Amino acid sequence: MKYLDEYRDRRAAERYARILQTLAKNPWTVMEICGGQTHAIVRFGLDQLIPKTISLVHGPGCPVCVTPLELIDRAIAIARKPEVIFCSFGDMLRVPGSQSSLQEARAQGADVRVVYSPLDAVELARQTPQRQVVFFAVGFETTAPMSAMAASLARRSGLKNFSLLVAHVLVPPAMEAILSSPDNKVQGFLAAGHVCTISGCAEYAPLAAKYRVPIVVTGFEPLDILQGLAMLVRQLERGQCEVQNQYARSVRAGGNAAAQALLHEVYEPCLRQWRGIGPIPASGLRLREAFADLDAEQRFEVAQIAAAEPKDCLAGEVLRGLRKPHECPAFGALCTPEHPLGAPMVSSEGACAAYHRYHRGGEKVSA
Amino acid sequence: MKEPGLTCPVPHEPGGTVTLAHGSGGRLMHRLIRDIFLAAFPDPALREAHDGAILDPSQDRLAFTTDSFVIRPIFFPGGDIGSLAVHGTANDLAMCGAQPLYLSCGCILEEGLSLEALATVARSMAAAAAEIGLRIVTGDTKVVERGKGDGIYLNTAGVGRVIAAQPIRPDRVRPGDVVIVSGDVGAHGAAVLSVREGLKFETELKSDACHLWPQVRELLESEADVRCLRDLTRGGLATALNEIAQTAGLCVRADESSIPVRPAVAGACEMFGLDPLYMACEGRFAAFVPPHDCERALAALQDAGAAPVVIGEVLPEPRGEVRLTTRIGVERALDMLSGEQLPRIC
Amino acid sequence: MCLAIPGKLVSISAADGGLPFGKIDFDGISKQACLAYVPEAKIGDYVIVHAGFAISVLDEQEARQTFQYLEELDQAIASEPK
Repeated sequence: MKYLDEYRDRRAAERYARILQTLAKNPWTVMEICGGQTHAIVRFGLDQLIPKTISLVHGPGCPVCVTPLELIDRAIAIARKPEVIFCSFGDMLRVPGSQSSLQEARAQGADVRVVYSPLDAVELARQTPQRQVVFFAVGFETTAPMSAMAASLARRSGLKNFSLLVAHVLVPPAMEAILSSPDNKVQGFLAAGHVCTISGCAEYAPLAAKYRVPIVVTGFEPLDILQGLAMLVRQLERGQCEVQNQYARSVRAGGNAAAQALLHEVYEPCLRQWRGIGPIPASGLRLREAFADLDAEQRFEVAQIAAAEPKDCLAGEVLRGLRKPHECPAFGALCTPEHPLGAPMVSSEGACAAYHRYHRGGEKVSA
Repeated sequence: MKEPGLTCPVPHEPGGTVTLAHGSGGRLMHRLIRDIFLAAFPDPALREAHDGAILDPSQDRLAFTTDSFVIRPIFFPGGDIGSLAVHGTANDLAMCGAQPLYLSCGCILEEGLSLEALATVARSMAAAAAEIGLRIVTGDTKVVERGKGDGIYLNTAGVGRVIAAQPIRPDRVRPGDVVIVSGDVGAHGAAVLSVREGLKFETELKSDACHLWPQVRELLESEADVRCLRDLTRGGLATALNEIAQTAGLCVRADESSIPVRPAVAGACEMFGLDPLYMACEGRFAAFVPPHDCERALAALQDAGAAPVVIGEVLPEPRGEVRLTTRIGVERALDMLSGEQLPRIC
Repeated sequence: MCLAIPGKLVSISAADGGLPFGKIDFDGISKQACLAYVPEAKIGDYVIVHAGFAISVLDEQEARQTFQYLEELDQAIASEPK
């Protein structure tokens, strides 16, 4: 595929790997905060090409993994209502709630449907006026403009049977939460290229300056990640802490103005619980007052939700980059993709699932 | 459509549907069998109307297999549940080195299924069987209440005559053996995806479902030492390789750059975040042959119209695992899938 | 996060609801995507598509810089004092 395959070129990857070996004279801990990058790293085996002195940790970059338990339980409760058609991205179906998952609820008779675009859910609402269509609005800044458009379209069409269960989260506040934590080890970031396609790079300069960390906005293919790392390591070796844009073929400094405009029209920042991490102020999105009638949380009554995580799940430490998945005692034993304890083992780009799938006996994992 | 005054709907009218009465064993069921199944399946054995079919006695080794088909949607680009069932069961026999000879057809129909759809499926099965002279010789029909089925469930059991001189089984695989794949992978999965609710996209892609027996026969006649064959169905190439590696207690190492994937299949997978190595095929198989027979095997498959490619080799260790050399030259595990692949946006 | 892939914009139409849509070709398959967020996109452009929406027009010149940077780095390292 054009503009994809070129960035998977073997010889160029090997050259970048050699360059990284030369550039990295000191040990560094860097974090990528995007599930898509986690997935690419383990799928292509990039972690084996990176010098062992660079510790590449995976942050809370999987919005599926960090969606609060309480919201998952609420989603399942709403999906179980007979009048509801519950629409979700495929990613969310297997994520375990306190007791169940959307997939299990579907097996037990709930009408849960996978959609590719939030607009498909609006179309479904149009076609089935006698049912209530609920869309599970999960994702970072990349995906929020899509659900915002769905809300806007539903409003303009006067649809009475469409609502959203909003679980969107924002990346920069999570980065700040990690950087400001007393046990933080992260010295540099690869920022998420598609998030920045929407929101631009402006929010990262204050973070880079305040915490003195270099940040490189990076794409998702092997060469993107290798180049992003090369740019990051070069800054680290020189003691620089600037924001650079590796993914300039998609990311403009100002981001996507039209998407930002609709996002701000429909949503406003709010406090959000990050599963495994805790509450982070102004890190989530919620519907503005003008769109509050489209809020599924208000439209549907559900019984008291008592969310409870299994105590063996150390997802929080993994998501903050303090522990690698294979360093969790439950990994591969109590917690496997077939019976996951926490979200990072379920989501196909959760760090634990990625490690389990791609690292089975044999290769060394960079420490 | 029911005409007013009639107490019993006439079968095989346009718009006619399966009713519970069709499963009761009475006149209506016999009419269904006559008008739909016997009309489509020409075999004289079926006209005997016995409980079972008496087949030619023979001294040969027999292969026997069974499979059930529950796919949704029933009709997809390149086939339907009927042709899928015939190809699938015949291919299982071919994987044993057996010429597919006889098929049974057991149907569980849901009340409300359109008779026109059922007739189309039956004709489709007959056409697929005729492609390799396979005889559908016995069958059964049941009807379940609306809501208790999924349109149609099919079970097909097949009997074949083993013509391979040596057994074809995972435990015959040896370190050093070469892994050949008979053509590009994932087309069936991608074709079915294109008609799945919520994921529609436009494509010329059709399912790759077809008979493997002609290719296997050519391979066996070449006298290559065929150690093992495995058709790539649900779970795709990765699953088949894992099954062989585990059963044989050996390691299969595959080279990602060699695995043929059509651009449209790659495009569909990239869009939904799926991996073509786990996508279902219905007309592809993996063959394990010793290295000195590799050229002979490739030539035989090419003669049969396939586009075979060497994609890997068998190693002694790590036992039971599949290793993939990725496109950028790094080796990693290629694991079994846990559950089905779901489309993702993350 | 954020699975988004590049495809070629081959046609544009307005769907009901007034939203602009385009047919995007991905190497043999094609799918409709909403173009509301890329008003500047023209037929023949490559766009990045996420969850049914185009989110940016791919800058073909910038697309080459990954390879140019590789050359620059190699040269910079070669010319560094050992």
